[in-house]
Amino acid sequence: LAFGAGAALADEDAELVINGEIEIVTKTDAPAHMDGMSTIMSGWRFRDSTTQMMEMDDFDNPAMLAVEDAREKWSTPVGSEDKSCADCHGEPEDMAGVKPVYPKWNEDAGEVRTMQMQMNDCRENRMGAEPWKYDAADALAMEALLSSVSRGMPVDVAIDGPGQSTWEQGKELYYARTGQLDLSCASCHEENYGNMIRADHLSQGQINGFPTYRLKNTKLNGVHSRFKGCVRDTRAETYSPGSPEFVALEMYVASRGNGLSVEGPAVRN
Amino acid sequence: MIALATACLTGSVAMAEVVPPSEVTFDGYAVEQSLTGTPGNPEEGRKVMTTKSMGNCVSCHAAEDYADVPFHGEVGPPLDGVGERWSEAELRGLVVNAKMAFEGTVMPAFYKTEGFNRLGDGFTGKAHPEDKPVEPLLTAQEVEDVVAYLKTLTYDE
Ligand code: HEC
Ligand code: HEC
Ligand code: HEC
Repeated sequence: LAFGAGAALADEDAELVINGEIEIVTKTDAPAHMDGMSTIMSGWRFRDSTTQMMEMDDFDNPAMLAVEDAREKWSTPVGSEDKSCADCHGEPEDMAGVKPVYPKWNEDAGEVRTMQMQMNDCRENRMGAEPWKYDAADALAMEALLSSVSRGMPVDVAIDGPGQSTWEQGKELYYARTGQLDLSCASCHEENYGNMIRADHLSQGQINGFPTYRLKNTKLNGVHSRFKGCVRDTRAETYSPGSPEFVALEMYVASRGNGLSVEGPAVRN
Repeated sequence: MIALATACLTGSVAMAEVVPPSEVTFDGYAVEQSLTGTPGNPEEGRKVMTTKSMGNCVSCHAAEDYADVPFHGEVGPPLDGVGERWSEAELRGLVVNAKMAFEGTVMPAFYKTEGFNRLGDGFTGKAHPEDKPVEPLLTAQEVEDVVAYLKTLTYDE
């Protein structure tokens, strides 16, 4: 029985190589700080093979259109300072290695920052431009561009040092049950990954593939918006994208993927 | 026979007296008393269990008896034979609040209105308004209907 390229079966053993050259680690040993599980897997492993295929070539990955737009924005001067990202940072490729360590502690600001926060800091304080709305199209496209240049590099979020208390807060949020359904992230993504919940195949809820292009809403989706959707589904009051709670949760969830490759912008259903 | 007679008796005493979620009495993890005094309707119970906007039990549990409903979940065990494994009172207790039987279970409590963390207003993502009464996930009669349906899930049909 030859499994053709388009066979729409979930293939948890498939390997991901993008454009025939970027090898993506989608399954590896869990980092030492996780005592609940031994193996971590990218959400890519839980999708059907049609969706998996779309991520294997940039021409088939719909997220790449947004990445191309962002590439143009990267070198377009804006704001009162009439500066572009390129003026200070060079080529987007020069930013390879930035994404894998985010969210990370920013010494000057004395806080943990997500990549979107850091980009907005540049816009507001270095370019004299309006900040981008959190998880909205502009911010996600740029985050996708900066993720794409780091594809294949291992996620490596620091969990000790000055950011540790934020990480602890994120961990607490991960295991806190919420809402009338009284479920935590762990209820679904640690205790039940691999199981079907109605028509959905539960993954480990990893974020190495973010921002993700979802076939469901045909656009890029941010980490915090995804968190919001999952919390809402427990019939709970959610936090907002960009809130300190979601920043902390992002840091913790990102660190659960330490060792997986940066994969974003990924394709999901 | 005796069990049936008792059920009828409690039924008539509690007639039209709905037991509110806060007043349900557990005997271990079982709830002896009917929540409404009105016998459950298994047909309705099946509907509650397989309808997304109602009990949506199917999102976590498979069962042969509702094989016609698409996409059975795997988070909980298949419910085939639960009518033999558990008594009516135990099944009522499981539906009201499964945490009494299974500590830390992911199965939600379907007849409970207190003690939640960050309770939302349904699926809106917004806080549940302070002045709005909290509705349990299922009404008292829906719980009775579900229990009646679960009792029909036996192997020897
Ligand atoms: C005028 C100079 C300047 C411009 C223009 C600028 N940046 Fe920056 N950017 C910086 C400096 C300086 C830092 C280091 C800040 C720090 O570490 O506190 C930085 C840091 C960053 C970082 C984090 C890098 C890391 O290693 O942690 C990202 C991501 C970033 N910028 C993205 C952007 C984007 C996207 C734009 C355009 C929308 C932009 N920057 C425009 C100067 C600039
Ligand atoms: C009631 C079950 C449930 C709960 C609770 C839940 N999720 Fe999810 N989550 C899902 C489902 C279903 C999906 C879509 C399938 C998948 O990727 O797992 C999903 C997807 C995700 C994804 C996307 C993964 C990818 O590869 O694209 C992330 C990230 C995520 N969840 C994080 C979380 C976090 C963090 C929490 C807690 C704040 C949480 N989830 C709580 C059910 C849940
Ligand atoms: C979010 C998942 C979830 C939902 C929704 C859910 N359950 Fe469960 N249920 C479970 C799990 C998990 C167990 C196993 C108990 C444990 O070990 O945690 C269980 C156990 C049970 C049992 C005992 C099964 C046995 O054979 O021992 C019954 C009966 C049951 N559930 C009925 C229901 C009914 C009726 C509904 C809907 C009104 C429902 N469940 C909704 C997850 C769920």
